Amino acid sequence: MELKSNAPAGDIQTRWERHRFEMKLVNPANKRKYNVIVVGSGLAGGSAAATLGELGYNVRCFCYQDSPRRAHSIAAQGGINAAKNYQNDGDSVYRLFYDTVKGGDFRARESNVYRLAELSVNIIDQCVAQGVPFAREYSGLLANRSFGGAQVSRTFYARGQTGQQLLLGAYQALSRQIADGKVKMYPRTEMLDVVVVNGRARGIVTRDMVSGKTEVHMADAVILATGGYGNVFYLSTNAKGCNVMASWRAHRRGALMANPCYTQIHPTCIPVSGDYQSKLTLMSESLRNDGRVWVPKRKEDVGKSAASIAEGDRDYYLERKYPSFGNLVPRDIASRNAKEVCDEGRGVGPGGLGVYLDFSDAIKRLGEAAVSERYGNLFEMYERITGDNPYKTPMRIYPAIHYTMGGLWVDYNLMSNVPGLFVLGEANFSDHGANRLGASALMQGLADGYFVIPYTLGHYLAQQKFEPVSESTAEAKDALRSADDRIKQFLSINGKRSPDSFHRELGKICWDKCGMARDAAGLKEALKRIPELREEFWKNLRVLGSGAELNQSLEQAGRVADFLEFGELMCNDALQREESCGGHFRTEHQTEEGEAKRDDDKFTYVAAWEWKGVGNAPQLHKEPLTFDYVHPSQRSYK
Amino acid sequence: MKLKLHIWRQPNQSAQGAFADYELGDVSEDMSFLEMLDVLNEKLSADGKDPVAFDHDCREGICGMCGMVVNGSPHGPRKSTTTCQLHMRSFKDGDELWIEPWRAQAFPVLKDLVVDRSSFDRIIQSGGYISARAGSAQDANATLIPKLDADTAFEAAACIGCGACVAACPNASAMLFVAAKVSHLGHLPQGQPERYSRVRKMVSQMDAEGFGGCTNHKECEAACPKGISISHIARLNRDLVKAQLTAAEEKAVSEGAG
Repeated sequence: MELKSNAPAGDIQTRWERHRFEMKLVNPANKRKYNVIVVGSGLAGGSAAATLGELGYNVRCFCYQDSPRRAHSIAAQGGINAAKNYQNDGDSVYRLFYDTVKGGDFRARESNVYRLAELSVNIIDQCVAQGVPFAREYSGLLANRSFGGAQVSRTFYARGQTGQQLLLGAYQALSRQIADGKVKMYPRTEMLDVVVVNGRARGIVTRDMVSGKTEVHMADAVILATGGYGNVFYLSTNAKGCNVMASWRAHRRGALMANPCYTQIHPTCIPVSGDYQSKLTLMSESLRNDGRVWVPKRKEDVGKSAASIAEGDRDYYLERKYPSFGNLVPRDIASRNAKEVCDEGRGVGPGGLGVYLDFSDAIKRLGEAAVSERYGNLFEMYERITGDNPYKTPMRIYPAIHYTMGGLWVDYNLMSNVPGLFVLGEANFSDHGANRLGASALMQGLADGYFVIPYTLGHYLAQQKFEPVSESTAEAKDALRSADDRIKQFLSINGKRSPDSFHRELGKICWDKCGMARDAAGLKEALKRIPELREEFWKNLRVLGSGAELNQSLEQAGRVADFLEFGELMCNDALQREESCGGHFRTEHQTEEGEAKRDDDKFTYVAAWEWKGVGNAPQLHKEPLTFDYVHPSQRSYK
Repeated sequence: MKLKLHIWRQPNQSAQGAFADYELGDVSEDMSFLEMLDVLNEKLSADGKDPVAFDHDCREGICGMCGMVVNGSPHGPRKSTTTCQLHMRSFKDGDELWIEPWRAQAFPVLKDLVVDRSSFDRIIQSGGYISARAGSAQDANATLIPKLDADTAFEAAACIGCGACVAACPNASAMLFVAAKVSHLGHLPQGQPERYSRVRKMVSQMDAEGFGGCTNHKECEAACPKGISISHIARLNRDLVKAQLTAAEEKAVSEGAG
């Protein structure tokens, strides 16, 4: 299979503009004749559904939450990047493009990244017009901050709740279309399968999570905006309901899964406190702007209180190792260094899995009031969860799974290799390479939904004829039947273990063997244990109740079943990528200073995997990557 | 610690519900309230009993999905805290907890602690937005917004739509929820063109959904996990009065514009 990126050639600065002109348009009067399905209602799905409805398409939008306003985009704290250069500090579209390609460790597609940087400025305009209350200066102008490894202040924010405000903007735009009858919303509904007819995506199978009713929805195109797969690790900063089911079902129907081993570990989360832990809470990375990261120099001091460790006995290891970026090094580097000092036995707190994030200098310099204005809500949250007051004692933080750069393979038009199946936002693989920079996820979700899909979907629809396909077509009936059979199977195993217990066990395998650092021996062990666990799952699962009711164990069983297949693919991908890049760190491949060592000669490609059945080796397809503008170099943040 | 739990169990919307009693030991003070229920559910499942259904998602206090009444208080005893961020250190060994769903006519119980809050979505659909078409926006800095207005708008916009305000109100009024949106958009220059039609439509949708009226009990503000102030309700009322006075005018203009 040849993977065509369909990215336009020529000068990168005019590619998107030319492509927009070359794409076919759907006549305004004809748009209402097309039916489009959008799965997911976060920044990508919500903005796509709203914008497509606004253009005149008939849209059906689905989400598993009780309202589209609750999608996990809402939890993004820090901000959204845009190359506005409002600060006159040297930013430009080209610089945002450059930073994103470099930050992604040269494993993203240049054309997509350039378009993302270009659209970033439109997003801010759009959001302000919708009433998103971004932070402002006393002049009334928009405020910016520097964020996550950027040397310019290009991040727009709304206190620590930027994701919430952007999502509510998209949700309100979506609500307007729902009221106009252009979008029909299906909350508390999960997607169980994709229906492919004559090689094109023409519908989905869903389950109403209240009544339990399964049904088929047919359309002319299907858009998946269903987020990432971070919950394969069980503990992550994702919402509990986040899952890989929609992407995985599409994968099983032929869509390629790209770079699943690229997972992002966020350096500033609240450490695990016990076995009952159900999720990890992120503390915004913006805290690193004013907080200083340290651990004791000597192992013997880890049991002491932070205050009793003298200044000279503290190791501000990020400032020491990376003098020019200091505490603001990118996420992968900050995370790996935290793991390293903890592995040396210098970690603090229960289990030795934590490092200090200390605000005492910032409080001295700026005063408590200024620190509270910037981070008050985060400090409060920290205190609620841990019982410690960060104004008095340093926070304890530890890395946790936060975002997944891998996802379904898409071309420049955001269409997967299955025609008519588009993938937006975190669910696709396209823009962040092997590591995502802070404040870039919100940018990508909204760029895809507001400004890319409205053009590329029209282009797809205008190019071909769509014979009507009914719910009773053979492919639809088959997909519905297999979804029903799977539910029956979950309910009939009647074993001893809950879906949650399998999920926890899978998560531990993935975190230990395919987490912050990976090696061949560990990955091979995971590839042995995951299939064994999956086998046990199908023999020893216990789901009570019936399929015809609100049944949360049944929902979880379906999600865990897919994670048990997905986890294996992730480890396979990590094993084949014999290099370190971004969030993928193979301990066999590091420089003398312990930094990630890429192998550009062998691995400058996208690894896109084809499903070959449960227990069969997936087939690898490669999309070679070229770097005509930003030339691969060793990332250095010294 | 060891707890005695009384939890509302109701198989579906039409069934009659009742409290069921459970004992739960080995509860750590570092657990969140929902993790305590997870532990209970694992135990119930192991005993072959139906686990307690409850809504939750982000578990970091921002999605607004979770919510239950604990000993008479929506989201439990801690101020400005959602149920998912309530930790067991707020309770002590031997405590007896009564756990119920939100109670309001406009929030029917779907199962156990899960309620249907789609009435909130319909209120937003009735007018809780600014009609800003993608592609039409001017430069983001073209209109200056005084910091105080932006900050006030933000404070109102911090509403997570959980419904605690309704659960706390003796009238089951959604006034704080509606006022938060009216005030958020009404404080911004972009929100002015639709300001008065918005408040009229949203209040009338609130009434149509079966929420009660506001009689200034102020329980909503006390229960709100995001600390949204009832001053927004006062602002809504001012806008509503103006809106009712100008309604006839607006209608005439829009009909004449055809």
